[in-house]
Amino acid sequence: MTQSKTHERVAFGVMVAFFVLAPLVVYPVFLMKVMCFALFACAFNLLIGYGGLLSFGHAMFLGTAGYAAAHSAKVWGFSPEVAIVFGTACACALGGIAGVLAIRRQGIYFAMITLALAQMIFFYYLQAPFTGGEDGIQAVPRGRLLGLLDLSNIWAMYAVVLVVFLAGFLFIYRAIHSPFGQVLKSIRENEPRAVSLGYDTTRYKLLAFILSATLAGLAGATKAIVFQLASLTDVHWSMSGEVVLMTLLGGLGTIFGPVVGALVVVSLENYLAQLGAWVTVVQGGIFVLCVLTFRRGIVGELGRLIRRPL
Amino acid sequence: MSDDVILETRGLTKEFKGFVAVNNVALRVRRGTIHALIGPNGAGKTTCFNLLTHFLEPTRGSIFYKGNDITGSPPARIARAGLVRSFQISAVFPHLTVLENVRIALQRKKRGPSFDFWVSEKTLEQLNSPARELIHAVGLEEFEGTIAVELPYGRKRALEIATTLALDPEVMLLDEPTAGMTHSDVERITALVKRVSANRTVLMVEHNLSVVSTLSNTITVLQRGEILAEGDYASVSKNPQVVEAYLGAGHG
Repeated sequence: MTQSKTHERVAFGVMVAFFVLAPLVVYPVFLMKVMCFALFACAFNLLIGYGGLLSFGHAMFLGTAGYAAAHSAKVWGFSPEVAIVFGTACACALGGIAGVLAIRRQGIYFAMITLALAQMIFFYYLQAPFTGGEDGIQAVPRGRLLGLLDLSNIWAMYAVVLVVFLAGFLFIYRAIHSPFGQVLKSIRENEPRAVSLGYDTTRYKLLAFILSATLAGLAGATKAIVFQLASLTDVHWSMSGEVVLMTLLGGLGTIFGPVVGALVVVSLENYLAQLGAWVTVVQGGIFVLCVLTFRRGIVGELGRLIRRPL
Repeated sequence: MSDDVILETRGLTKEFKGFVAVNNVALRVRRGTIHALIGPNGAGKTTCFNLLTHFLEPTRGSIFYKGNDITGSPPARIARAGLVRSFQISAVFPHLTVLENVRIALQRKKRGPSFDFWVSEKTLEQLNSPARELIHAVGLEEFEGTIAVELPYGRKRALEIATTLALDPEVMLLDEPTAGMTHSDVERITALVKRVSANRTVLMVEHNLSVVSTLSNTITVLQRGEILAEGDYASVSKNPQVVEAYLGAGHG
């Protein structure tokens, strides 16, 4: 059991090295986008990969936190760190409400309720005046971190995103490898048995849902500050679909899978952007291919090759 | 009321649409005994189990555990009160190791609820040695690191019993502990049930009559949801109604 940690450390080191060195050769804004989506996918994976719950409305947390952070930074003049915390807290609160409503349902019903809630949220943001409707909230000031570090400097911004991403990643890692995570896995494996051992499984699932929503919010709020924009794209149902794709492609229930999945999906979108609507077709094709040929996802298959979970 | 009845049902009834699975069952399980619930397929044995542990809601009737009405208690609370069940289909956590399977139960027993997502799972390692004792008790010591899904069937049942035992339940409900087992597995599980029943009460559903005759102090025979007969093995096995229920009319 102890030896299985070594390869995780190595993989973590590779990941950190990648995000530290890559901006020397790759456009940093692109990498920041990757990290935001990677955190979003990791948060989603906490819920489905370790709790066995498929949420089809996770965009509502990403988007809500984005709007809250953007609005508070732009209109209320919050400093970036406070705006991010505020956005994350909003996603956490929404996660609590959505969780209480959805958590008692299972399988497809759970997915449908989360989708329905996310659609309600979407149409609310479409109409609400503060979101700017189709225009979104634009020109959000990045401001100065703690009043000191000017985030309009791309490297300062990059460092902040990297720290947020790594902190979120480690937080999820700890949650998975905690006494709570152990109970969560047992619920995923066999819920009636977990009940018969005396666990109030609903509460554990609710906590997992709220944690996942909160971290998705952290990703959304950070993203809004980085891109100085909060828009309907982030609350649209296709965003909920995209995070499923990222997680599945990278490897459901693997620690590093969602990061790899996010990297692949965001790269495709960026570098195939000139194909226009065909990007969606390519994504669909990859999705089908993934489900048919490598269901464990990229990292899942890799883990199988080296016979260690990654 | 005698004090030594630990689990009792009064008028327990479960109706599914137009079909009565359990009808007016009055069961009295005495403390410290092994009580077997037998009967032909469809007699309502497993439904009874599901009612006792509130995995199903009874249509009528009530359930008393240690004198308290537990009819409306949620299943997890019933388990925490010391009434712990196993399942007919082997109930392990398939992709966790044998050690982790047992530890999940110990975690519940020793730590209480575990919502602490910020604590390292290393704290659970203090449960390893009691977990190993239980694994040893059911003869699975060489499989400690094995993923549960890879265990042979009989070993899975043994693991399930070890997991149930980890909660140190006052009453163990075993749903067909020897179903589908090879002869040697049956012997091992029988001996195991005998051994673990020392300080507790066992209520079990069992098809294998030789197991029932070896183990149980009291036998309740169910047929079509109703109690047909009750008593020790000698008296129940001579009961003409029971013989008929098992073999059909014209035998005996």
